[in-house]
Amino acid sequence: MAEIVIKGVAKSFGAFTALHSVDLTIADQEFMVLLGASGCGKTTLLRIIAGLETPTHGEVWIGDRRVDHLPPRERGIAMVFQNYAVFPHLTVFENIAFGLRMAKLPQAEVTRRVTRTAELMHIEQLLKRYSGELSGGQRQRVAVARALAMEPDVILMDEPLSNLDALLRLEMRAELKGVLAESKTTTIYVTHDQVEAMSLADRISVMNGGYIVQADRPTQVYRNPAARFVGSFIGNPPMNFLPAKRSENGRWQVAGQDFEGPETAAAEFAIRPEDMHPAEAGLEAEVRVVEPLGPHTLITAQVAGQPFRAVLESDRAITPGEVITLAPIPDRIRWFDPETQKAIA
Amino acid sequence: MARALPYLLLLPASLFLLAFFFYPFGLVVVESLTRGGEWTTENFSRMTGHWKFSQAFWNTVWLAAIVVPVQLIMALTMASVVQKLKTGRSGLLYIFAIPLGISDLAAGLIWLAIFEQSGFLNSILHAMGVIDRPQLFLGYQSLWVIFLAVCLAEIWRATAIMMVIIVAGMGLIPKEYNEAAEVFGASRWQRFTKVTLPLLRPSLQTALILRILMAFEVFAVVVALGGTTLPVLMGETFQWQFQLQDRGVAAAYAMVILGLSVAFSLVVLRLLHVPKGARI
Amino acid sequence: MSDVTIAAPREEDVHRAGRFVFWAGIALLVLWVLVPIWFLFVNALSAPSEVTSFPKRFWPSFDLASLQFFWNFQGVTAALWNSVKVAVLTMVLSIGMGAPAGYALTRFDFPGKEFFRILVIMTRAFPLPLLALPLAVMFIRTGLDDTVLGLALVHTMLALPFAVLITFSLFSGIPVELEEAAWTLGCNRLQAVIKVVLPLALPGIMASAVFAFVISWNEVFAAAVLTIENRTLTAFLLQSLNVSPLPLKFAGGVALVMPALIFIFAVRKYLFAMWGIANR
Repeated sequence: MAEIVIKGVAKSFGAFTALHSVDLTIADQEFMVLLGASGCGKTTLLRIIAGLETPTHGEVWIGDRRVDHLPPRERGIAMVFQNYAVFPHLTVFENIAFGLRMAKLPQAEVTRRVTRTAELMHIEQLLKRYSGELSGGQRQRVAVARALAMEPDVILMDEPLSNLDALLRLEMRAELKGVLAESKTTTIYVTHDQVEAMSLADRISVMNGGYIVQADRPTQVYRNPAARFVGSFIGNPPMNFLPAKRSENGRWQVAGQDFEGPETAAAEFAIRPEDMHPAEAGLEAEVRVVEPLGPHTLITAQVAGQPFRAVLESDRAITPGEVITLAPIPDRIRWFDPETQKAIA
Repeated sequence: MARALPYLLLLPASLFLLAFFFYPFGLVVVESLTRGGEWTTENFSRMTGHWKFSQAFWNTVWLAAIVVPVQLIMALTMASVVQKLKTGRSGLLYIFAIPLGISDLAAGLIWLAIFEQSGFLNSILHAMGVIDRPQLFLGYQSLWVIFLAVCLAEIWRATAIMMVIIVAGMGLIPKEYNEAAEVFGASRWQRFTKVTLPLLRPSLQTALILRILMAFEVFAVVVALGGTTLPVLMGETFQWQFQLQDRGVAAAYAMVILGLSVAFSLVVLRLLHVPKGARI
Repeated sequence: MSDVTIAAPREEDVHRAGRFVFWAGIALLVLWVLVPIWFLFVNALSAPSEVTSFPKRFWPSFDLASLQFFWNFQGVTAALWNSVKVAVLTMVLSIGMGAPAGYALTRFDFPGKEFFRILVIMTRAFPLPLLALPLAVMFIRTGLDDTVLGLALVHTMLALPFAVLITFSLFSGIPVELEEAAWTLGCNRLQAVIKVVLPLALPGIMASAVFAFVISWNEVFAAAVLTIENRTLTAFLLQSLNVSPLPLKFAGGVALVMPALIFIFAVRKYLFAMWGIANR
């Protein structure tokens, strides 16, 4: 049982505040992804959970123990580092066995666990090699095996796939998902890659400027961004935003079109690029750039003087300079408060 | 505990520096300015009043002035040559670096083997028929030969340290800069003077400061080749401390060497200053 | 067409001439470094009568009488042994204090860090052998005068700044993640250093230890000032320069040079890496 509870954790480095009072609960066996751009505080949060940084304020609980002042070795965690941190002076076997030997497990148990995790990660034929003789992908596997061999309550992963090339990343991503689901450990996984986050996570915590902006299931984060930032960060291309003018209670004027919206004083209209289709009536978009992507065509256009993107079926030929009319799917329209930048429910 | 750890790790080295660097230097300063327990400049006037002082001072300065530039050029040449080589690079580097491990005393003895009366220079000249009797090169009648021999020995011995620092520095300069300059039409010489040398400034700083200091400390080479015939500052310091048993004047000499060293270090730092944003 | 056919060989000639100059230059530089050492060895490996005879042969007679004479000379073995003791002690002290300091400078951020670093770099701008003067007095008071430990302390002062800067650069080259990985796998700080950092840094640390050894082995001035009965080899040779016969000097020179040659060869891989970063 290893539920992780983070209570009011803050961290500053001198005048710079990396984390502002973060609260987060990660359930036992949950796969939590911390997602954000570089400098958003996701790695700092992970390192605080690992015990590699000390929080300026707040508490970290793993299971029923408060751990924020314990050294990493007493936290029951294992970690996979961005550059793998496979010890160059030890063989793959000794790398995987490192933590087990520190824990003074009997030799038979060490061998059993090393062999098992090596098989799990498909590196059993590499056990006698040194790090210098391995490819990046193989090193990655060693790093994961080394963490799994500890049979920890919690596995922490800091951008583990970011140093691999695109194809290998895809392959490892699927494999990691399988292996980690099997191991039934609680996982916290840091990444800046939203596709990776969507595909791996039980829940995603989107971080920005030292805050957790939204922590929810991937589809929720995608479909119902809790804040304007989440919509603009997730999705490729990201959400479109247009200013809206209130005409009467619950009715809004957006680029000359009438929409039903929230009953607030001010609001901003938002729609994902793929949630529109060409229609007789709708938003008038002046096409600037057309990028055929195979299954779809990406249109970059101007709507009421605002930049606007749409992903359309590629069966219709569209040329730059053309004016097309796009109808948003009504139940995919989202509204944000321009003041607080939060979603209006 | 975690906060104190770095200080604990630094403690032995810091205490050592305090006890064996700052404290003794304080003592030298005090010693040079006192005599019999009273503050005075007598040590300095005694030092400058002695007939050997100006000789020792100018010999030292001239030695440095001749040796250091020659070494800089040689070291740069060696480093560039090594840089160009594809095979045999490490072997050549080792040969060039050999004198680095050789003490000034041994260097003096090596060049003594060449310049002494039955030495190799005489033997070579004899074999070529230039002379028929061995010449006394290192006598007091021919001070300039001793000076020349010291110059050669110093150049031979201490070029290696500059070469090593410069090679290391060149290794830090990415090849792309030179290639970019080549693409923009710079000749080999222009690439060296406009790209390599400016980027090498931090290494040149280190090399020159280290080397100039060593030049002002020249001692054993001179003793080995000329005994006390050719006075230099460090040799005089030694003489006053030992033969004349006058620690005050020895300390005054030490202050002169210290002054020269600090002054020239500052000049080098100034001349080769690299603005913070302009480093590699 | 004809222009081109005439111009082509000319260009090749220029190229060939350039290559000739290049390789001739290398050959000259190699001779410049090696020939003087060769002469020293010729002298040391010839009989004493040959050493003082004229004209000289340029090939040794492989007569070990000179070396035997040196070995059996009053005080030589004791001096050699003292040199070894002082150098080993210097090596241990400078690495023992320098490595923790170098580690602290790489792995921690703390107030006063820059100050310490500049302090260490600053010591290089001072003529350190001069420290021997005040320390001679200090040592007489504390009973360290004319002892192996006393001299080793002064030599440690010479070697410590290098030890700090070199180990600093060594530890900087070991990714901190390796240590962090060790912590997450059950190591405390000390265990992580012992199991991960030291095995990786060991060759480099050995190299800087050897460097400290050579610094001490070669040092003349402080050794001559601080030891009277317990002379090191350099001090012994220096003090007996004007009384000892030539064969003794040259055999002594070889004894000084040999370990240095071997050591520089042993650490040649690290020579440049060490200086590259010690520059900064």
